[in-house]
Amino acid sequence: MDAITILHAGVASGTVLLFATLGEILAERSGVLNLGLEGMMLIGAMSAFSTALATGNPWLGVLVAMLVAGVLSQVHGVIAIQFQADQVVSGLALTFLGTGLSLVFGEGLSRAGAVSLLPTYSLPGLSAIPLLGPILFEDQSIMVYLGYLLVPAMWYFIYRTRPGLHLRAVGEFPAAADALGIQVARLRYLYVFIGGMFAGLSGATISLAVSPGWFSQLTTSGQGWIAIGLVIFAQWDPIRAAAGSYAFGALRRMILDIQGPTTLLGLRNPFFYNPYWGFFLQMLPYAFTIIVLVIGSREAFRKRLGAPAALGLPYIRGERGL
Amino acid sequence: MTSAASEPRRFRSPWQLRLEARLEQPAWLNLAVSLGAVAVALVIGGIILAVVGGDPLRAYGFMLRASFGNPGVLSDTLTKATPLILVSLAAVVAFRMRLWNIGAEGQFFMGAFGASAVVLTPLLPEGTSAWITLPAMALAGIAAGAVWGFIPGWLKARFGVNEIISTLMMNYIAVSWNNFFIFAVWSEGGFQMSPQFPREAWLPRLTDLGASVPAFRGLTTHLGLAFGVVAAGLVAWILYRSRWGYEIRLLGDNPRAGRYAGISITRNTILVLMLSGGLAGLAGMSEISGVVHRLQGAISPGYGFTGIIIAWLAKLNPLIVVPVSVIFGALILAGREIQPSGLPMLIQGIILVCLIASDFLLRYRPRLVRRAVEA
Repeated sequence: MDAITILHAGVASGTVLLFATLGEILAERSGVLNLGLEGMMLIGAMSAFSTALATGNPWLGVLVAMLVAGVLSQVHGVIAIQFQADQVVSGLALTFLGTGLSLVFGEGLSRAGAVSLLPTYSLPGLSAIPLLGPILFEDQSIMVYLGYLLVPAMWYFIYRTRPGLHLRAVGEFPAAADALGIQVARLRYLYVFIGGMFAGLSGATISLAVSPGWFSQLTTSGQGWIAIGLVIFAQWDPIRAAAGSYAFGALRRMILDIQGPTTLLGLRNPFFYNPYWGFFLQMLPYAFTIIVLVIGSREAFRKRLGAPAALGLPYIRGERGL
Repeated sequence: MTSAASEPRRFRSPWQLRLEARLEQPAWLNLAVSLGAVAVALVIGGIILAVVGGDPLRAYGFMLRASFGNPGVLSDTLTKATPLILVSLAAVVAFRMRLWNIGAEGQFFMGAFGASAVVLTPLLPEGTSAWITLPAMALAGIAAGAVWGFIPGWLKARFGVNEIISTLMMNYIAVSWNNFFIFAVWSEGGFQMSPQFPREAWLPRLTDLGASVPAFRGLTTHLGLAFGVVAAGLVAWILYRSRWGYEIRLLGDNPRAGRYAGISITRNTILVLMLSGGLAGLAGMSEISGVVHRLQGAISPGYGFTGIIIAWLAKLNPLIVVPVSVIFGALILAGREIQPSGLPMLIQGIILVCLIASDFLLRYRPRLVRRAVEA
C-alpha cells in the first residue's frame, strides 16, 4: 500500500461525491434545497445496477439511473415549487421514498452476481506526468474523467453564461428575475431535475464503477448527506466542491486501506493489531463533515458570503419576498 | 405589442381550476386531509406492491392481522410503539422551534449505550435493587442522548453549523461508537452483543404480572410505554403551558420577534436539542431495558426516522403523537414478516410525501369556477 494507490482510489471515490455535490449546487443555486440526495443516489445506484444486469450494457444503466433519479427529484420539485411546502421535510421524505423504492425494487439484487462495468482508461501522455499522472490519469474509470471535465464546465456555466446568470438570479432574487421575464418556476423545476440526474449519475458511479454491486443502504452509507455538507463547505462553488469531494474520497479510501499493512511509517500499525479501532476510523468521514461545516460556516460569516438568498423559500408572485 | 384579437382562437374549457387562499382552516379539515393523505399513500404503496408482483390487499390484510389481530400481537404493537412515542416527541420538541433534529436515531443508540454502561460497568454494587438500577439507567440514557443533542446544538449556536447535517452525521458516529463497545469491550464470547442484563435491569413487563392476572401472560408491553405517555403529557405541558414552551413556539414561528422580546436563541437552541436528544435517549434506554435486555447492533429498524414522520403526521402535537405511534408500531411490527423487506420503509416514505403535499389543501381551496366571458 502506498500513497499513490490510495490517492488513485480516492479520486475515484471522490468522483461519487463530486457528482452529487455539483448537482445539489445547481438545485440550491436556483433556490431549491433538496435534502433527498441520499434517496436519489440509492435509486440511481440500484437502477443502474439492475439495468446493467438485465441488458449487459452499463451505459444504458447510467442513462436509466439519471432518468429515474431525475423523475424522483420532481416529486420534491412539485411539493417545493408548486405546493410551496417546507423543503426540509419534503427533502427528508424524498430520502425515505428513494430508499424505500430502491430497497423494494432492489430486493435480491445483492446476490445477483457480476455485471459489466464502465470502462477504465489511461490517458497517453498525461499519465506519464510524475506523481500526478499515475494518480489522476492512469487506469481511471471514464466517470473520473467526466468529473474532471464537469468541474470547469460548470464553473463557466454558472459564472460566465447567460443561463448561468438566470440561474443565480432565480436563486438570489426571484422577484427581480420574474420582473425581467425569467420563468422562475420553470427554471427551478429544470435545475431540480438536473440535480436529480447528477445524483443518479453519482449512484451509477458507485454501483457500476467505484464499488460495484448493490448493498442496499450500505451502497451509499450516508454519502448523499456528506455531499449536502460539502455544498455548504464549497460555498456553492464548483471548484471548491471538487477540492472537498476529492479530499473526502481520499479520506474514505485511506480508512479502508490503513488497516491492511502490519507496519505504518516503520512503526507497528496499531489499526492492524487492534482491528476494533477501525470503528473509530469509520467515524472520521462523518466527524470531518461536521468540522468542514464549521470551517465553511465561519468563512461564510467572515466574507459575508452565504447561501443563495432565496434558498428554501417558495416564490409566490405578488407576495413580498425576502 | 401583441393584440389578443390577432391570436388564433383556441378551444378553452369554460371551467377553470382556481386556487383560493383559505382565510381560516376548519377543524375537521386538518383531520380529513391527513387521513386522506394516508389513504392515498396506501393506495400508491399498493400499486407499487402490485408492480413488483405482490398482492396489496392480502399484504395489507396480513399487516392488520399481524398487528391488531389478538391481544398478543396488540401488545407487541404497543411494545413497538413505545420507542416511537419517545423519538417522535424528540422530533416534535425540536421541530416546534424549527430545529431540524434528524439525529434521533443516533441519540437513541447513545441512550441505549448510556443505559447499558450503568449495567455493564461496575458502577453499581452487585445486587442493587431495581428501584435504583432502573432510574439510574434512565438517567444515564437521557444524559447520553442529551450529550448527543448538545453537540449539534452548541455547534449551531456557536458557529452556525447546519443542524440537519450535523445531527445526521452524529447518527453514523453513534452507530460506530456502539459497535466498538459491542465488538471489543462488552462482547460476550466473541458474539457481537453484550452479556444479558441481570433481572433488576429489566423494565417490568405485563407478563411479569401473569401470576396474578392470567390474561397478561406472555404480553410483552413494558413500563416504557408509561414513560412514553407521561413524556407526551410533559412535553405538551412544556410546550403549551410553560414559559419555556412559549419561548420555543415563538422562536419557531417568528425568530425575529423572539429576539426583540429578549429571548435567547443560543440558549434555547442548545436546551431544546438537549431535551430532544434526551427524549430519544430515553427511548433507547426503554428499548434496551424493556425488550432487548442487552446491548447489540440491531436495536432499531430506523425508529429515529419514523419519529420524524409521526411528528409531522401528528402536526407536532405531542398528545396526538401517542395514537399515531401505535399505528406506525403496527406497521413496523407487521413489516418485519413481509416481503419485500423494504416495503414498510417505502410506505412510510410515501405517507410523508403525501402528507407534505396535502398541506397545500389546508392553505388553498381548489375551486372550479366558470371562466368569465370575454367581451
